[in-house]
Amino acid sequence: MSARYGMVIDLDRCTGCGACMMACAAENNVPALPKATNRTGLTPMLVRKVSNGRNGVAQREVFIPILCMHCEQHTPCVSVCPQQAVEVDRATGIVMQMPQRCLGCRYCMTACPYHARYFNWWDPAWPAGTEKSLNPGVAVRMRGVVEKCNMCHARLHAAQEKAAAAGKREIDPADYVPACVEACPTGAIRFGNLADPNDPVTQESHSPEAFRFLARLGTEPKVYYKSKEAWVRALAEAASSTEVQHG
Amino acid sequence: MASLTMTETHVTDSRWIARGVERISLSRFLLCLAPWFVLLVIGVYAAGLCLFYGLNQTNMDNRFAFGLWIFLDLGIIALGAGAFFTGFLVYILKRSELKPILNTAVVVGFICYSGAVSILMIDVGQPLRAWFTFWHPNTHSMLTEVTFCISCYLLVLSLEYIPILLRNRQLRKLPSFLIFEHQLHKLVPVLAAVGTLLSFFHQGSLGGLYGVLRGRPFAFRDGIFIWPSTFFLFILSAIASGPSFLMLVTATVEKVTGKRLVPPDLFRRLGLISGVLLAVYIAAKSIDTLIWMDFTSPAMGFAPWLSYMHKPFGTPILFAEIVLFGLIPAFLLTYRRTAAKRGWLLSAAAMACMGILLNRFVLTVQTLALPTLSFDEFLTYTPSWQEVASFAGVIAYGVIVYSLSYRYLPLFPAQKGDETHVSGR
Repeated sequence: MSARYGMVIDLDRCTGCGACMMACAAENNVPALPKATNRTGLTPMLVRKVSNGRNGVAQREVFIPILCMHCEQHTPCVSVCPQQAVEVDRATGIVMQMPQRCLGCRYCMTACPYHARYFNWWDPAWPAGTEKSLNPGVAVRMRGVVEKCNMCHARLHAAQEKAAAAGKREIDPADYVPACVEACPTGAIRFGNLADPNDPVTQESHSPEAFRFLARLGTEPKVYYKSKEAWVRALAEAASSTEVQHG
Repeated sequence: MASLTMTETHVTDSRWIARGVERISLSRFLLCLAPWFVLLVIGVYAAGLCLFYGLNQTNMDNRFAFGLWIFLDLGIIALGAGAFFTGFLVYILKRSELKPILNTAVVVGFICYSGAVSILMIDVGQPLRAWFTFWHPNTHSMLTEVTFCISCYLLVLSLEYIPILLRNRQLRKLPSFLIFEHQLHKLVPVLAAVGTLLSFFHQGSLGGLYGVLRGRPFAFRDGIFIWPSTFFLFILSAIASGPSFLMLVTATVEKVTGKRLVPPDLFRRLGLISGVLLAVYIAAKSIDTLIWMDFTSPAMGFAPWLSYMHKPFGTPILFAEIVLFGLIPAFLLTYRRTAAKRGWLLSAAAMACMGILLNRFVLTVQTLALPTLSFDEFLTYTPSWQEVASFAGVIAYGVIVYSLSYRYLPLFPAQKGDETHVSGR
């Protein structure tokens, strides 16, 4: 049975600590880039701070972790790639990026409305000695290719191998948890199979407090967000852009 | 500018120049080209930096993933459309009065396309993987169609350029070259037809590149069959601006050399073609913009006015595109009184070309600068000197190739003999 992996991120619980970003970088061998700016860095998981634009006691802020939304329909980055370096894995619903086939044309980056794709502007490099801590299950990416969140696909491989070794066809859900989900100290990021109606994440995604960014584009993103605050939920639609400020 | 004549030669190249044609001395010719050679060297150096150190030499970033290079590539490919469109008019529609401009159209087209492909090779992160597009093509991607058609069309343009090259006075002396040129010349109508087909698709697909971007509501357009409306708008705008650009190039060469190279009536003819097509394009673009404002953009959750609230991309830029550089030049190019005056005609042609460049700029830069998420910022981008210099190098390459072609090849029928008495056929 094919899965549809997705997330629900409870924004009311996110403290903006950045543990998810650090865990993502460590898990996926994201290099240290001393010359990178906030517009040229590699941040497959990026926590953004957004304000409601008011002052004094009325001021509110929210931290929003932004990652690839793994769009299910009309996936913007898949149809534009000239050499099939991007695909939606039919077995998992994960939008996969193949850096070894990527031309580096960056057309997929222009297509992504969430700005969740990153180009390797520099050769990957690590401070001396730290390369020993690299994750052997994840290949480092070279200069000149695009990368993004793949829901820690190496962990899925490991879970599948474990299941196969035990003679099972299906993985144990407890064996496949992305690094950001594991690292979040408040449990704000939850991961599950949206194709399973009994999965708590699926049920949470149907909550009236759940929403998806730019849902009207019709791309069916599989990353949901959740908040009790109406002004936070209003961020979902582009039309509210005059109301808020980006922190 | 005063007429330049062949004098003061020590080292001469006169035996390479067609009989009865006057050209400036070799030393003066090289002196005139020297600044362009300097610019070319700087451009090659800047391009080398980008290839060696990577695209961190540019000011592009993860949000502004396309920049100056893509905008100007789209621009010069549109302006180079005069090559295929003139071939189509002469060989398919049998408009033989346009023949005097045909060779120069091929050379201009070759320069535009080879220059654009050169820049594209720098613009990708892994240029050595360019062949992957042919080996693992994604048939749903507009960029695949663009890559296939531009590559094939550059080959067609090269094949069209070779017969012109082999008509050089010295090369003609080689019998095998003469036979080859003769045989190749027979193929030119076929090449013109193939070139028309290829150009139709890649000009359209360049527009489709943006029209299919569902995630960029400013650029996204509803489709006609499988193509977004920008597919057709790009074809129309390219064939409208191509003849105007040819007119500008020819007029510039006439000014620099002080010679009359084509009959004056030819300019009026090109102007009329350009003006009528420009009017059709502007009408289609206006309808398309209204449909986008009333239906496409609101349906995706984006109020269209939001796209025009960020300076300098306000409504004046839309007005400039449709009226100032659209309706006005279309009128000037088609109205008999203004078209009869060379100054008005050339000014209108320049405005038409600027309008098409503005359209490519808006679709590339404004599309990326505008926010999509509600908490995104409006972004700005300034190209680095390496980006500017690389493209300046391409312009220098174009000037050098055209100058060499003009000097040594029979670009205009008048060059075969006395250029001051033009028959026009």
